[in-house]
Amino acid sequence: MVATGALGAVGAAAVAWPFINNLNPAADTLALSTIEVNVTPIAVGQAVTVKWRGKPVFIRHRTEAEIKEAEAVPMSQLPDPETDNKRVTDTAKKVRPEWLIMIGVCTHLGCVPLGNKPGDPKGEFGGWFCPCHGSSYDTSGRIRKGPAPKNLVIPDYLFTSDSLVRIG
Amino acid sequence: MASSHGTPPVFNNKVIAWIDYRLPIFSYIEKEYHTFPTPRNFNYFWNFGAIATVMLVLMIATGIVLATNYTPHVLMAFDSVERIDRDVPQGWLIRDLHMNGASFFFIAVYIHIFRGMYYGSYKAPRELLWILGVVIFLLMMATAFMGYVLPWGQMSFWGATVITNLFSALPVVGESIVTWLWGGFAVDNPTLNRFFALHYLLPFVIVAVVALHVVALHIHGSNNPTGIDPKGPQDTVPFHPYYTMKDGFGVVCFLIVYAVFVFFAPDYMGHPDNYIPANPLVTPAHIVPEWYFLPFYAILRAIPDKLGGVLAMFGAIAVLFILPWLDTSRVRSCTFRPIYKWFMMFLVVDVIVLGICGSKPPEGFWVPLSQLATLYYFAHFLVLLPILGKIERPLPLPPSIADAVLKKKAV
Amino acid sequence: MRKPFARNLLVSGAIALAAVATGTVAIAAGGTEHPPHKHWHFQGPFGTFDRAAAQRGFQVYQEVCAACHSLSLMSYRNLTELGLTENQVKGLIKDISVSDLNDDGAPVDRPARPSDRFKKPFPNEAAAAAANNGKAPPDLSVIVKAREYGPDYIYGILTGYVPYDKLTPEQIKEFDVKKDDNFNKYFPGHKIAMAPPLSDDKVTYADGTKATLDQEASDVVEFLAWASEPHMEDRKRTGVRVILFLLALAGLMYAVKRTVWADKH
Repeated sequence: MVATGALGAVGAAAVAWPFINNLNPAADTLALSTIEVNVTPIAVGQAVTVKWRGKPVFIRHRTEAEIKEAEAVPMSQLPDPETDNKRVTDTAKKVRPEWLIMIGVCTHLGCVPLGNKPGDPKGEFGGWFCPCHGSSYDTSGRIRKGPAPKNLVIPDYLFTSDSLVRIG
Repeated sequence: MASSHGTPPVFNNKVIAWIDYRLPIFSYIEKEYHTFPTPRNFNYFWNFGAIATVMLVLMIATGIVLATNYTPHVLMAFDSVERIDRDVPQGWLIRDLHMNGASFFFIAVYIHIFRGMYYGSYKAPRELLWILGVVIFLLMMATAFMGYVLPWGQMSFWGATVITNLFSALPVVGESIVTWLWGGFAVDNPTLNRFFALHYLLPFVIVAVVALHVVALHIHGSNNPTGIDPKGPQDTVPFHPYYTMKDGFGVVCFLIVYAVFVFFAPDYMGHPDNYIPANPLVTPAHIVPEWYFLPFYAILRAIPDKLGGVLAMFGAIAVLFILPWLDTSRVRSCTFRPIYKWFMMFLVVDVIVLGICGSKPPEGFWVPLSQLATLYYFAHFLVLLPILGKIERPLPLPPSIADAVLKKKAV
Repeated sequence: MRKPFARNLLVSGAIALAAVATGTVAIAAGGTEHPPHKHWHFQGPFGTFDRAAAQRGFQVYQEVCAACHSLSLMSYRNLTELGLTENQVKGLIKDISVSDLNDDGAPVDRPARPSDRFKKPFPNEAAAAAANNGKAPPDLSVIVKAREYGPDYIYGILTGYVPYDKLTPEQIKEFDVKKDDNFNKYFPGHKIAMAPPLSDDKVTYADGTKATLDQEASDVVEFLAWASEPHMEDRKRTGVRVILFLLALAGLMYAVKRTVWADKH
């Protein structure tokens, strides 16, 4: 009796799983390949937004001042402590502090923070400002103020040459 | 069902009698909507159940017709809605009815909920009736949210992004749940497709829960403005024609206001940004949900912590489920609760204030104001309601509904 | 565009109290100076489109705006609803060629037909952006519905340019305006990519109307308002009938209800 019930439950779960799994990302969605971006046209102090897996990716060519500012922040002031150095390291472990590459999606509720375009508000910390619920990020894309819990996410990327970066 | 009243009806029409002998639908209608003894002292607040039912039927009817012309694809959804507006014969009418119908469905339901709270309709023995109502409210919110995504404008897309991201606040499984909801790495075509499917399905689930709501209602009958139970036939009238006619009049009045919006201000309740096609790379300067979600949105933003905000928002609805057990008063109706009555009115003001906060950008004094309003919202249910019921001295109750009605006339 | 009117209506519709409170505030939000309110022929519960103005507005769109802005939801056939005859429409589009596929599947250009959508100035959004300093000019099909203050905003943008030498030093400093930037009073952030599109005598009207900047701007707004909602007149006409019907029905229902309840009161 118990064995039959248990076996039946296993069967029911096995039947339910395909229905649940069906809603997971499909193979063609998962297969969205990597993208390559030529960063030569991005002048110092400028940033561009590219689309990767349906999400915006920010590529910012940081100024010396911005890099210094980001490096000088003590860890104790960060809600999600992370060194600036770690955030500008590519998958080959090469550090390029002038290039900050991150997914431009606020870690609060998924809006695209402002700050990439020249006229945009950059928030109190000179980085990015999310217009939806008021989160402010610093010049390293780290959360400093507002409801977002985490720093802007760094995707896997690799500089295949000094001018070409592969994201994904 | 309510079986204590009347003898089984006799049908003179042979066909009706034949059917009824095998499937007693006519007996049911006769018993539940004709002779059903209903308190004689309803005020116009009691119209809103009927009004909400009419809106539900209207939404389903217009929705089915719209679905025959709508295309749930990210590249075509926006244009297909515009095509309904421009090229489909009277498509604009069906669409305006549907998009304003959502707002008016919520208006009716909010008034209905207020009625239930003010007159204590959730108190014993109607706890399950109330809980089913809250379930309907939740289903309506889910349906409305997914429906708002379908035109695939900027607010559709960003509303969907913000709301689905609420689940990412959950520890450990949050991210996987969000990916599962999206069917991808962002709100995209799979998301739109499944939202369309669910938006079509859920209204029928609502119909099923409404049926249960009505079954539960007809066990003990309706509450009434005095909150005291009917004691005999002098306290009640048959549902038909007394309340069918009164409900009919109320429904038509409601439809007049609705028609004013549909025909003369169809976009008033909407947001201009939703006429901009969705763009995943540009967030609108100021994302606001539809007006009926604003109070909850304000609660979400009032808490400066992601998980805390999400929990508070869901908590604001969850608290309604236990409302029958939070109220410790021995009388139902606020008419006889001299203190709580004012707090109840203040709750309405509080929810409106929350709604206004929700429509504002999260800066300046709107933040502390929404925090204050959120505090009152929870304090009202979790602190005031249990304590007041114990210490408040209710006014003397009238001996019966009939007495209350006659006394009112004498004044 | 119907918001002020709606607000008046709402005063009587106390039933939607909560909606008013929230709705009105939602509108009041926003930073830049509000465009001045102008009376439009199509506003109000009985307002209709001024056909002559809308036709002139189409001319402005066709000769000026269409160089950069698409109107992708409109077809040439729709112009007959503005009062043009089918032959006039055919005459208007006789020089327009659209791309299609021939019987062998090869891309060809063929003359436009009334059933074609308005031809887009650029083949796709990326091309539009590339030709306009990185920002694609928005499609104008529903532009009047897609902006706060609708027609007033569009009119404000078209007439709200301030030349660089008329700007105050504070404005130049606050908004970081350069000599070749376009400054617009009503554009959020003021610096707008679009150069002033209209000026006196930019077009020569067929009906002899003097083509002042003001005239051109209000004509094109009339046209775009029509393009945003071509069925607007039908909607209002139907609304009057529906509401009269419902009022009559409500009156009867009330009388019946009174009669039914007479013995219980």
